[in-house]
Amino acid sequence: MSLPPLIELRAVTKVFGEGPSAFQALRGVDLSVSRGEFVAIMGPSGSGKSTAMNILGCLDTPSAGAYLYEGVHVEALDRGQRARLRRRHFGFVFQGYNLLPRTSALENTALPLIYRGLRGPARRKAALEALDLVGLSAWARHSPAELSGGQQQRVAIARALVSNPTVLLADEPTGNLDSEMGRGIMDLLTALNARSGLTILMVTHEPDMAAYAHRTVRFRDGRIAADDARQAA
Amino acid sequence: MLASAIVLAFQAIRRNPARSFLTVLGVVIGVAAVITMVTLGRGASRAVADQISSLGSNLVVVRPGQRMGPGGERAPQFRAADIQAIRARVASVTAISGVETAGATVVYRAHNWSTSIVGVDNDYFRARQLRVASGRLFSEAEQRSGRPVCVVGETVRRELFGAADPLGARVRVKGFSCDVVGLLTSTGQASMGMDQDDLVIMPLKTVQRRLAGSNDIGQIVLSVRDQESLERAKAELTQVLRERRRIARNEDDNFNVMDTRQIADALTGTTRILTLLLGAVAAVSLVVGGIGIMNIMLVSVTERTREIGIRLAVGALEGDVLLQFLVEAVTLSAFGGLVGVALAAVSSIVLTRMMAVPFAFDPAINAVAFGVAAAIGVVFGYVPARRAARLDPIVALRHE
Ligand SMILES: Nc1ncnc2c1ncn2[C@@H]1O[C@H](COP(=O)(O)OP(=O)(O)OP(=O)(O)O)[C@@H](O)[C@H]1O
Ligand SMILES: [Mg+2]
Repeated sequence: MSLPPLIELRAVTKVFGEGPSAFQALRGVDLSVSRGEFVAIMGPSGSGKSTAMNILGCLDTPSAGAYLYEGVHVEALDRGQRARLRRRHFGFVFQGYNLLPRTSALENTALPLIYRGLRGPARRKAALEALDLVGLSAWARHSPAELSGGQQQRVAIARALVSNPTVLLADEPTGNLDSEMGRGIMDLLTALNARSGLTILMVTHEPDMAAYAHRTVRFRDGRIAADDARQAA
Repeated sequence: MLASAIVLAFQAIRRNPARSFLTVLGVVIGVAAVITMVTLGRGASRAVADQISSLGSNLVVVRPGQRMGPGGERAPQFRAADIQAIRARVASVTAISGVETAGATVVYRAHNWSTSIVGVDNDYFRARQLRVASGRLFSEAEQRSGRPVCVVGETVRRELFGAADPLGARVRVKGFSCDVVGLLTSTGQASMGMDQDDLVIMPLKTVQRRLAGSNDIGQIVLSVRDQESLERAKAELTQVLRERRRIARNEDDNFNVMDTRQIADALTGTTRILTLLLGAVAAVSLVVGGIGIMNIMLVSVTERTREIGIRLAVGALEGDVLLQFLVEAVTLSAFGGLVGVALAAVSSIVLTRMMAVPFAFDPAINAVAFGVAAAIGVVFGYVPARRAARLDPIVALRHE
C-alpha cells in the first residue's frame, strides 16, 4: 500500500444553517476510494448522500474535516483551484438533472467541452458520441422541456461523461429509468469502469443497481453505517 | 476564452428573446428620449436666435410698462406726438414708426383667414428691412387719412388667394373693405408656430381708427444709424419720453427700451430654460429606462443564478461566467444604444419639421445618452451575474 487513495474523506462534517435552526447533515464521514473503484452509495432519504457527493465533486465545501484528492487537501484550496480540479477530474450527474432550459440536448451535452476549450466541430462530434452512448442520438435537437424525465436523466449522464472525467459522481442516475433502461446504463458504466478505469461513485436506492458496483457504502443519519471495504479489511 | 464567451453570450441572447428584447427596449427608450428632447430644445433656441438676427442689429423697440411682456401696472400708451418728438430730438434715428396690432379674420370671396393686422407707417418697413415683392408701400395720403389699403404677407396670400393675383383685390376685414396694394417679400421664416409671413400690414391710422378705435400706439419701432450710436440714441430717447410722460426725477421709467441684443437675450433665456426642462424630462426617461433594465435583470436573476450554478458545476471558471455575462450585457446595451440613436435621429427630424424649428444635431448629447444607457445595461446585466458567479456552485444551483 504505497499509493495514496484517489479520494479520502477524514471526519468530514457539514452543517447547514446557523443557530437553533442549524442542521448537521454529515456527522463525521470517513471514506477512502481508490482509483478504478465502482462504489454504490445507499441509505435512507435525508441521510446525507447527496451532501457527501457535492463535497466530493468540489461543488460544496465541508464544515470541518479533511478532503484529500490524490493526497491534496481540497478543503484548503481556493475557489479557482477547486474549480480547476472540478473541471479536470469530475463528471457530475445531479439528482435533479440540472440541464439548461431552452437548450438542445446536444448543446447541453457539449457545455462542459466549451469550458475545456474544444472548437465547435470537435464539441459536436464528442457530444453526439456521448449522446449515442446513452441511446439519445435521435433526440439531440430537443430541449429539456421536450424530453421525458428518463431522457433528461440520460442527457445529464452524457454531459457527465463527455469530458472523460477521472471520477464520475452520479446521484441516482437511474432513478427515473425503467429497469431495462437502468440496466443499459449500468452496463455502460460497468464497461467504462472496466475498460478505461473510470472511478465511479453512484448513489442509488435500488439494490439491483447497487449490485453492479464492487462495493457498497451505506449512510445513516450523516454517518457511514456500513462499508463492504471495511468489512473485507 | 473570449471566443467561447461570445458563443455562449449569443446562445443566451437567442434563447431568451423576451428578456433580450426588454433589455434592449429599455436602452432604446432612454437613449432616444434624451437625444430627441435635447435636440428639440436646441432647435428651438436656434430658431429664436435666427429670428432675432433677422430683425437687424440696429433696431430699437419701445413699449409701455416697465418690462417686456405682459404684467405690471397699466402704463399709458404712446401718442403720435411722442414719435414726432423722438424724430425731432434724437439725431441718429433713421426710421421710426408707431405700431398698433390687432387680430382679425380677413375674408376674400369664399376664403377667410385669421391673422394679425399690423398698423404702421412706411418707416416701419425701412426699420425692419422688409420689402414688397410686388405692388407698393403706402402713399403719403393713404397714411395721413388712414385709407383702407394693405400689404399682405406670403402666408396670407397663399391662404386667401391661392393662385390668383392679390394685387388690386379687395378683402373684407371686420366691418370694412380693404384694397391689397402690395405683397410682402417672404422672410421664409416660420419658427415655433410663429409664422413671420402670416400678417396683414395697414397704415397705422387705418388700424387705429377702424380696428382699435383709439389713437393709442402700442409700440414704437425705430432704427438708428449704426451700432455706435445705439446707446446714445437709447439715452436720448429715454430722456424725451420721460419728459413727455412727465416722470419725476426720482421715479422709474414707465416704458421700456430694448435693442435687438436685449430682446435676443430675453428670448434665448426662455428657450434655455425650456431646453433644461426638456433635458430634465429626458433624464427621467433615461432613469425609467434604466429601472426597466434593472427590473428585467433582477427578475431573471433566479433563473440565471441556477444557470450559473450549472455552468460552474460542469467546469466553468468564475472568469468564464463573468466574461460571458459581460459580453451579453455589452452586446444588448450597445445594440439598444445604436437603435436608440437611430430612432432619435428619425424622431428629431420628424418633430423639428412638425414644430418648424431647425434640426440641430448634437454629437455630445448622442454620446452621453448612449454612454449612460449602455452603462446602465452593462452594470445591471453584469453585477448580479458577478454575485452569482462567486457563490459555491451548489448554492447557486439551490437558489430560488
Ligand atoms: N442546502 C441545505 N440547507 C439546509 N439543509 C440541507 C441542505 N442540503 C441538504 N440539507 C439537509 O441535509 C440532509 C441531507 O440531505 P441530502 O440531500 O444529502 O440527503 P440524501 O441522502 O441525498 O437524500 P435523498 O435520498 O432524498 O436524496 C437533509 O435532511 C436535508 O434537509
Ligand atoms: Mg440525494
